[in-house]
Parts: sequence; C-alpha cells; structure tokens
Amino acid sequence: MIKDYSILIGGEAGQGSRKAGLIIGKLFSSLGYRVFIYDDYQSLIRGGHNFSQIRVSEKKILSHRRKIDFLLALDENTIKKHENDLDKKGIIIYNSDKVSLGNKKSIGIAMETIVKEAGGIPIMGNTALIAGFAKIVGIKWETLEKLLKKEFKKFQEINLIIAKTAFDDTKNLIKLKKLNQKSLPILTGNETLCLGAVKAGLDFYMAYPMTPATGILHYLAEHEKDFNIAVAQLENEIAVINAAIGAAFSGARTMVGTSGGGFALMTEGLSLAAQSETPLVIVESQRAAPSTGVPTYTGQGDLLFALTAGHGDILRFVIAPGDADETAFWAGKILNLSWKYQTPSILLIDKEISESTFSFDENILKKIKCEKPLLWDKKGKYLRYKNTKNGISPLAFPGQKEAIVKANSYEHDEFGLTVEDEKSIEKMQNKRLRKFKEMEKEVDKLEAIKVYGKKTAKKAIVCWGSTKGPAKEAAENLGIKMVQPVILEPFPEKQIKKALKGVEKLILVETNAIGQLEKVLNCYGIKINQKILKYNARPFLPEEIEEKIKL
Amino acid sequence: MNLDTFYENTWCPGCGNFGIFTALKEVISSLIEEKTPKENIVITSGIGCHAKIADYLNLNSFYCLHGRPVITAEGIKLANPKLKVIVCAGDGDAYNEGISHLIHAAKRNIDITVLVHDNRNFALTTGQFTATSPKGFKGPSTPEGSQEEPFDPLKIMLASGATFIAQGYSAKTDHLKNLIKQGILHKGFSFIDILQPCMTYSPKAYQLYNERIFEAEPQNLTSEKEALKKINQWKFGEEIKIPIGIFYKIQKPVYKIRNYD
Repeated sequence: MIKDYSILIGGEAGQGSRKAGLIIGKLFSSLGYRVFIYDDYQSLIRGGHNFSQIRVSEKKILSHRRKIDFLLALDENTIKKHENDLDKKGIIIYNSDKVSLGNKKSIGIAMETIVKEAGGIPIMGNTALIAGFAKIVGIKWETLEKLLKKEFKKFQEINLIIAKTAFDDTKNLIKLKKLNQKSLPILTGNETLCLGAVKAGLDFYMAYPMTPATGILHYLAEHEKDFNIAVAQLENEIAVINAAIGAAFSGARTMVGTSGGGFALMTEGLSLAAQSETPLVIVESQRAAPSTGVPTYTGQGDLLFALTAGHGDILRFVIAPGDADETAFWAGKILNLSWKYQTPSILLIDKEISESTFSFDENILKKIKCEKPLLWDKKGKYLRYKNTKNGISPLAFPGQKEAIVKANSYEHDEFGLTVEDEKSIEKMQNKRLRKFKEMEKEVDKLEAIKVYGKKTAKKAIVCWGSTKGPAKEAAENLGIKMVQPVILEPFPEKQIKKALKGVEKLILVETNAIGQLEKVLNCYGIKINQKILKYNARPFLPEEIEEKIKL
Repeated sequence: MNLDTFYENTWCPGCGNFGIFTALKEVISSLIEEKTPKENIVITSGIGCHAKIADYLNLNSFYCLHGRPVITAEGIKLANPKLKVIVCAGDGDAYNEGISHLIHAAKRNIDITVLVHDNRNFALTTGQFTATSPKGFKGPSTPEGSQEEPFDPLKIMLASGATFIAQGYSAKTDHLKNLIKQGILHKGFSFIDILQPCMTYSPKAYQLYNERIFEAEPQNLTSEKEALKKINQWKFGEEIKIPIGIFYKIQKPVYKIRNYD
C-alpha cells in the first residue's frame, strides 16, 4: 500500500492556518514524503474560514483529495465544515479550551491554556496544534524542534515552550515511517517560477499587486539582492507593461506578472511589444473571472483571451505549465524564447499553481541556461528592424556606440522611422510573419505536448495547465491516457495529433464554463467526445474526474 | 551638429513644434559638446503632432503609445541609469490619456525630463479639447464650446512632488533653451510645460501668447509658496498676463532601483 495521508488545518483568517500548514508540510518533507498543499482562503484579512489541505505521499502528487485523515481545527467552524470529509479512521484534533467533542476519534489540546501559561499571544495556538499533531503521528521531538527553530525567528523561545507542553500533553497513536528517499524542498508555483526565470537571466521584474500573482512580486522583492535583480511596483498595470517595454529596450531581461484583470489593462502594451519587437514575458496567473470574480480562487477562463489578446496580428508564445516543476522550467524557457524571437510571451498559470505548495525537484533548474539573443555585429549602419531572411533583426541597445536605436509603435522602416506606404507596410508585416514561421519551427523542437497514463489506451483525457495534477492521477488510476498541451501558441498541431493517434474517445477536462481548450482543438479538427467542466472556482479533485469518466 | 534625419517634416507652417524642435536640438548639441555621449541620449514621444519629433531626430528614440511616453521613459532610465532620457509628450498624452504616469513620475522623483508640447488641443485628431483647452473651446466634439474648465498642470506637478517645474513658450527659443538645459541638468524629475500655438486649430493663440507672455521675475525657487503664487498668476484660462520661467527647483532623493545604481 502506498502511504498517502491528508491533513486539513483550518481556522479564521489571522489564526495562522496557512503558516501552520506549511510547517506540517515541511515536517513531512523532512521525513522524505512528497507534499502538496492546497490553500483555500477568502478575500479578507480577519474572520471567515481559511484552510490548508496538506497531502503527503511516498510518490509525487499534484493535487489534494477529498478524504481527510487528520482534521486540525483552530476553531469550531472548521470541524463543522469539514467533518463530513473525514475518513472512517480519521482523527479530529481540536482546541479543548473552546470545544468539547466526546467522540473517540477526536483529541483535544488545551491550546489557549498552554499559550497563556507560556505568556504567548493567541496566534501561537497553531504552534500547540502542530506539536500535538506531531506527537500523535509519531514525529520525534528533535525533528519538530529543529524545524520550529528555523521557522520562528521571532518569539522562538515562547513558541518552543508552547510546542513542548503540547507535545508532552498529547498521546502518541500512530508511528509514521520515515521514508527512505531524498527530502525535497517545498515551494509554491510562484516561487519556482521565480527560480526558473532568474536562472534564465531575469534582470527586472515589474508588477502591480494582484492575487494570485502577487507572490511573485513578494518573493522577488525579498530576494532582490541574492538574485541580483531589480524589482519595481508601479502605479498600475498599464504603467507596468509600458515601463517593462522601456526596460527591455534598454537591454534588461524583463518580466511582468498579473492576473486576468491586470492583463486586460496590459493588452495595448502587448500589441506595442509585438509591433516594436520588444522581448517581454507576461505572467498571467488566472483566477475565477469574469471581472473581479472570485479573487482568491482558481479558474482557467483566460485561455482564449491569452491566445487572442491585443489588437492587430500579434505573434506570441503562450505556454501553460501544469505544476511547479514545469513552471520553473518554462519560466526560464519562455524568457529565452522571448529574447530569441524578440516577441511578447505569456506564461499562463492559475491560482492553483501560483499559490499551492509542491515538492520541488531542483534538478529542473540545471536544465535552464541564460541564452544570448542575436546581437548586432557592429558592422555598418545599425538597423533596429533589419529585414533579415528569418525575420529576426539583431539587437542593439541605447548607450551602445555607433548605434542609433529607434523603436516605433507605428509601422516603420528598417531604421525605425514611421511609414505609411503600401510596400513598406507589407514588407514589415512579412518580416514578422517569417519570424512566426521560425517560432513554429522552434515549437516543433520542444516537448510541447506531454503524455501520461497508459499510452496505448483508446480513451484519453485532454487538459491543460493546473488541471494536469488531478487529471494525471485520475488517468493513472483508470488506466487511460492523458494528453497535455503545454505550448498553446504557436499551436503544436503535429505533436498533439501524434499524441492522439489511436484515441477513440477524447475527454476534455478544464476549470472553465465553456470549454475553451475544446474551441482551440476544434480549430485543428480535433473533436471532443465528453466534456468535464468545473466552474465553482475550485480545482478538480482526482476522484471527481474518475467518477465522471466512469459514468 | 546635425541631429536631423532626412525624414520629411510635416508640421503645419508656423507650428509651435518648430521652436521646441530647434531649442531641443541646440540643447542636445551643447550637451554632446560638453561630453555627454550622444549614444546615451534617448528621446521618447507619445502620439500626436509633437511626436513626429522622434522621426525627425537622428538619436535613440522610442515612439511610444499615446499617453505612455513618460512611463516608457521611466523603464528605459531604470534599466540603464547612465542614459539621459528626455520625454516629448503632448498635452493629450501627458494630461489626458497618461496623467497617472505624470503624477507618479513626479512623486517618485525619477531623473528624467518631461517636455509637454502644450498646444491645448488634440490637433492630430483634428482639434478636440484637451485638459488644458480653455473653457468654451470649440472643436468638432464640442461645437457649442467645451463646458470644462482647464486644469493647471503646473499646480498638479507641485502637488505631486515634482522637483523642477517650469513653463516655457515655443516662440521664445532662447529662453526655452535655457529651461530645457536646466531641466536636463537637474537631478530628479524635471517638468516643463511649453505653450505652443496651434496654427490650424487655435490660430489666434500665437497673437494672444505674444501679447500676454512675459518672463517672470527671479524668485526664491525652493519656496513652494512662491512657486504657487507664480503658478496662480495665470490659470490656463483667463485673459491675463502669462509668466514663463522656472518656478520651482528643489533637491530631493532621486528614485533608484537596487542593483541598477
């Protein structure tokens, strides 16, 4: 039997359930378990109901499941909301100072008393809960102590007293095995995205805060010095994209990040980046839309938007990685691609990738290099938009001797001066089209389509982005195939048709209301036989997909 | 020094842009003579009649989106602080479409120079009212005259934290040259609103400006109170004398990005 446990910790906003969940994740990670944490929180700062669902397993997992083995309740509401999902053998661990549960399956910890006696503040109740839980599942005090020392730099002593008291007061029930495999760091998708982009030579990150992309801004600002990059928060998304285009014009490898609403504001700038052939990476982390939608919850409703955003015939890469490892890899790759082809690119993720926590395979980073773009050879007069055979014009930057660098939002000649005559317009459009042909050839060389599950199966799931996690697990459990297009523009038609060869029933799985990937596939003559859509702003669970496919 | 491209100049005869173009070229020439490397100079422009200056100047340039020349210039400067970045914006760019960028650039005191070619109408789209058009301005979108009072961009700049505020006039080229030079040499955000007559959509402006514009008396440039007094002498609307000159100049820490110092 594969060891696979789910722990849910919940409470009001401000009670520290997220931090506690992360510590529990790290505890298991240190014992060799693979971890996935789903964070469910509301758009508020105090009150309400927040929870983290920590799933730990021997093998790599990319989503949470419905059943809970341990329900850790910082408040009574958490018990009410989640006890129905508790496994038959599941255990509730709760605050016995506030709640009394007579049930055998539950264990009380006098959180408030312990905190009070140690001279702590209410939020430290979560330390007592973690420590009690650790004791129940048989984690050694030394392992817990070591981690808590790392996690609590402030009020460390009080937290350790609270933890020790709760640990000693609680009985051990289970002996969890330490696994004989390498411990992996646990990181959010936003964080692995940063690591990948930095490895590919990111110079500058600009953003305006917007959930769920804000974590990128925070992580890069926090590590600005270590990563030797620049970070700026600007007045709005329109400012962000236009300043980023300016920075790239100066030669800085620049990335911006936002969610759907912010991306909507950036679309005029996206068109400018295409016209001025400015390399630029836009991270679009989707959340449930339209409009403000459900800001702290997930959705895949921006696929068609990302593919078509901006006025005019715009070349772009659109890449949608499906988990934290892929996000690191493709964040690096897309930065290199943007510079190679001097084009805007969109890295399309969502809340489920951005803010969930994954066991991260750091070896991925070894596959990422900072690739040099095509630079001017300093011979003859510099032409920013030189009409080359493959459409890619060598780059020079302001400040470079002998080069006059002229970028233009108008249609322009090779030097960068405005043109309005038919011949010149067609010539430049053709230059950009040749570049697009090169981009298509590039996609053919990349692993644009991933295939999982039983490769010879006649039934296959097709999905994209974060839905990969639950869909892959469902496909593996059902013994069917799963096909995931990672690059969505230029669309890898040949690769997907190859991957779908022999498939008789194709099942679409997406978290949006109209089946946006289906519309894309239809453009290439690929028909869907069954649609499984979810649009309640929550990610799919593997069992939901399994149940719907079995029907 | 020849800083011209061979691009055909299509500004209307008598357009105020010519005066600004001449003054700017002479200032840039003098900077280059004083050892500013030519390759370190970058011009950004918005969209409008003024913006054609990007095609006319044989210098690094970014011909930006309408409303965005200030923020694009900020990105250029932040990524390479060695560059001297000069923004040519129209009143439509700076005060209508892109007012937020102008305010925030002043607020963060970024070391760029903004020249607003303020002809007080949207000329390239055939003469609609802008934020600085006088009340009652008759254009194709306001045949009965606009209802809105203009705002005073200099006052907005003062309130936003700009550290160099000046007003110039395109027909007083020598005076304007001095303003632009001072602005570029100023460490921090420098803002110059340049009144320029539009011969096609506001043909009376040239005569009116010549009658009313005068060079302001020297004053204490670090006093916000005195600056406001100067700014308030003319409010972009009334038929009174219009002072030009530097109204405000103070030193404040310049916005910098870590790792790009």
